[in-house]
Order: sequence, then C-alpha cells, then structure tokens
Amino acid sequence: MIEVKGLNKSFGEHHVLKNIDAQFHKGQVNIIIGQSGSGKTVLTKCMVGLFDVDSGTVEYDGNDFASMSFKEKLNVRKDIGMLFQGGALFDSMTVEENIMFPLAMFTDQSLAERRERSQFCLDRVNLPKAAKLFPSELSGGMKKRVAIARAIATNPKYLFCDEPNSGLDPKTGLVIDQLIKEITDEYNITTIVITHDMNSVIEIGDNIHFIYKGEKWWEGSKEEILRTNNQEVVDFVYASKFMKRVRADLAK
Amino acid sequence: MGLFTHIGRYVLWMSRVFKKPEKWRVYRKQIFFEIQSIGYASLGLVALVSLFMGAVLAIQLAYNIDSPLIPMYTVGFGVRDSLILEFSPTIISIILVGKVGSSIASEIGTMRVTDQIDALDIMGVNSTGYLVGPKMIAAVICNPFIAIISMILGMFGGYAAGILTGEVPGNTFIFGLQYAFQPYYITYALIKTAVFAVIITTVPAYFGYHTSGGALEVGRSSTVSVVYSIVVLLTFNLILTQMLLQ
Repeated sequence: MIEVKGLNKSFGEHHVLKNIDAQFHKGQVNIIIGQSGSGKTVLTKCMVGLFDVDSGTVEYDGNDFASMSFKEKLNVRKDIGMLFQGGALFDSMTVEENIMFPLAMFTDQSLAERRERSQFCLDRVNLPKAAKLFPSELSGGMKKRVAIARAIATNPKYLFCDEPNSGLDPKTGLVIDQLIKEITDEYNITTIVITHDMNSVIEIGDNIHFIYKGEKWWEGSKEEILRTNNQEVVDFVYASKFMKRVRADLAK
Repeated sequence: MGLFTHIGRYVLWMSRVFKKPEKWRVYRKQIFFEIQSIGYASLGLVALVSLFMGAVLAIQLAYNIDSPLIPMYTVGFGVRDSLILEFSPTIISIILVGKVGSSIASEIGTMRVTDQIDALDIMGVNSTGYLVGPKMIAAVICNPFIAIISMILGMFGGYAAGILTGEVPGNTFIFGLQYAFQPYYITYALIKTAVFAVIITTVPAYFGYHTSGGALEVGRSSTVSVVYSIVVLLTFNLILTQMLLQ
C-alpha cells in the first residue's frame, strides 16, 4: 500500500499540491482523476521521488520515502514500475533490450534468462513477435504494451501509469485498460493510474481519487462517482453530452 | 540562469557521474558502443580535415618563405609543430564539439523531453552516470588516438603538398619534421586532448540533460551547448598551455 499524508508541493509562488492525503490500496487499480493542470502528474512525480516534496510524507508499506537513505530509496525504486504517457522506451534499444534493461541492471540473470523473461513479458502483453523491433517501428498501442512489459519485467510491487490510453483509439485504450487490470489482479500489486478518461474509470477503477485545483477533493468507488452530488466531480464526470445523457438515465 | 549558477550546477551534476555503477557489465558494453559512435565514427572527418590542413599549412609556409636565410626545411618543422601543438589537440577538438557534442546534447535532450531519463531514474538507475560516464570514458580513450592519427595524416598531407607543388622536396620536408623534435610536445598534446575530451562530452551532456520543453528546446540546447563547449575548451586551452609549457 502507498499512503500520502499532508503532501504539499509548490513551484515558486504556485502552490500546486495542497495538503493531499490519500491511500492507494494493494491489489486494486487506484485511479487519480482531475482536469488538466489540477496536479495529478505532479502528485505522481512526488510519489515516485522525481520531485522533492515541500512537506508531508509518501509511505511505501509504512516506510517514508523521503527519509530513506539512498540505498533504501533504490530498493523501493526497484519495486516500482512506471508506464509513461508516451511509453518512454529507449530509442536506441530494441523492444527486447528495453525489457531486459532493468534486469541487466539489477539482477544477476544470464542473457538466456533475461531473454526468457523478456519473451514471457511480451507474451503477457500479447506482443510475442515484437522482440527485435525498435520503438520507432511500433504503433502507439504497441509502445504502451511494451512499456507495460518493461514495467512488469522486474516483478514490481507498485505500478504507476500516467495517462495509459491517451492518444489511443477507444478500442486499443480498452485493451490497455484491461491489461493493467489483469496485471494488477494477477500479481496483486498496487496500481495507480492517472487519467482523465472516464472510460478507464468505469472499466477498471477500484478506488478513485478526484484532484481539484491541487486538493484531494473526493474519493470513492466507480459506482459512487456516477451517483455523487459533489458539484466539482459532477462537472468533471458529466462534462460531455454523452455522459449527461448517462446521468439522466441513471436518475430515472 | 547566470554563469556561476551553471558552473555550480555542472559541478554537482558531474559528481553523480563518478558514482559507482549499478552493474559494470552494462556500463562496459555501453563504453564499447560509445567508442564506436564517438571515436570510430569521427575518424573519417578528422582524417579529411587533417590531410587538407597539413597540405595547406605546408603550402602557405612554403610560399611565405622568401628569405634565403630561412631554410626550406622550416616548412616541415612548422607543419609538425603547428599540428602537434595546436591543430590536432585543439582545432580537432573544436571540430568534434560540432560533430559529437551537438549529437550528445540532442540525444540526451530528446531523452529528457520524452521521459526516458525519468524512466531511468524511476528504475533506480543513476541516469547521469549511465548516460554521461560511458561517453566521457570513451572520448578520453579515443580522442588521444584520434589526435595522433590527425598529426600523422596532417604531416603526410604537408609532405604530399610539398612534393605535388614542387615547393618542398620530400627529403627536406622530412628533415624539417625531425628537426629539433621535442617528444614532450606529444605528451602535452595528449594531455590537452584528454581534458578536451571531458569537455566535449560533459558540457553538451549537461545542457541536454537539463533541457525542458520540446523539439525547439532540444535544438536550442544543442546550439547553446556547442557555444559553451567551445568557450570552455578555449579557456582550458589557455590554462593548460600556460601550465604545461611554462
């Protein structure tokens, strides 16, 4: 489990995160939603240690990340897998080399073992024949799937996904969502998904956090988010005409 | 950002390059890759420039010696010392800033804006050490060899030009090459080249690493890094020359 307590982060005069408290549960897909610029990505970057927090704590299974030694932080980071918005695959490496990279860095596995693990991960994300391709030869959806394969290669305890289906067509987005859900259930990991796609929320969300203007505004399940009367959440969730119609149907 | 802020940030950032690698075998493989891309891939350009510069130096010297008191072997002597003392270590390094440095700044800058560096950091990899260390080591290993090749080819260019123009007989040019030779000049040139290799790789890498934004900023970082690298290189050229030749 990851627990954020009283987290504050500013950039100069701009107070981006205001006293955020949140729990992200193990074995669940925890979703952070909110409008663009609300502070979702900053919150995630604070959680994974890419940004230093001004005050507050981020605890991984009860251990405060900020107060850890360099070696302890390194050990936590080895347990983190991250799926970036654009995939963040290393351009100079093949798909196989991308997946084997964290294994080569942090394990004593032989090349054959790393290859085997890489192929296993590629099979898991339904890309069994992509090993020798370069990132530039992949479609957007394939890049995301390879990034998931790389993220799970080291058997992480925590999986962070930054807008996993942005830039993808709805069908491919759904495939990625399902993959994230399956992996979370299969490996019993703590998954955190940042998104503003309501399809993802409804499809895979177990525990939803709504961030509004840098504050943790609302928390609940996917069933609750559809029926809440919190005005800011309603404005966000039912922004489109389609969702307004869904709300009208729900009210009947 | 002010000059002193850059210097302070560069020093702090460089301290991360010298941290113990997570896995030597990965870094070793990367060093060999960089030797190929930084060293071997630069040989063609360096060979071409050196050959022609040696030839031009010889012709200019020959045409400007019009006093009978100055012997013609001065051409070989002048070509040799110009190449060893300044052209091969300094001018070739400046050329490499344009070729290698801009490529390093663009590569690392692109990695920054596409989150690849964040991906390394989140994995627990020392991104600075992994991205910069192998490049720096590869350049420190390769560039002195490149400088020596440049010296040899430059002298050959001068020799060939002397013969082809009929201005300097071959044996006179070779006598000039051997005349009053000081082996220490080679040591001096190689020390300078090794120091310049660190500048050529780390200064552009620093600017690439601290890029933020998109394609425009990556291009800007590449340009700025070349300018800064040349300024730093020339400053160190002056300092090293004073230190090593006094």
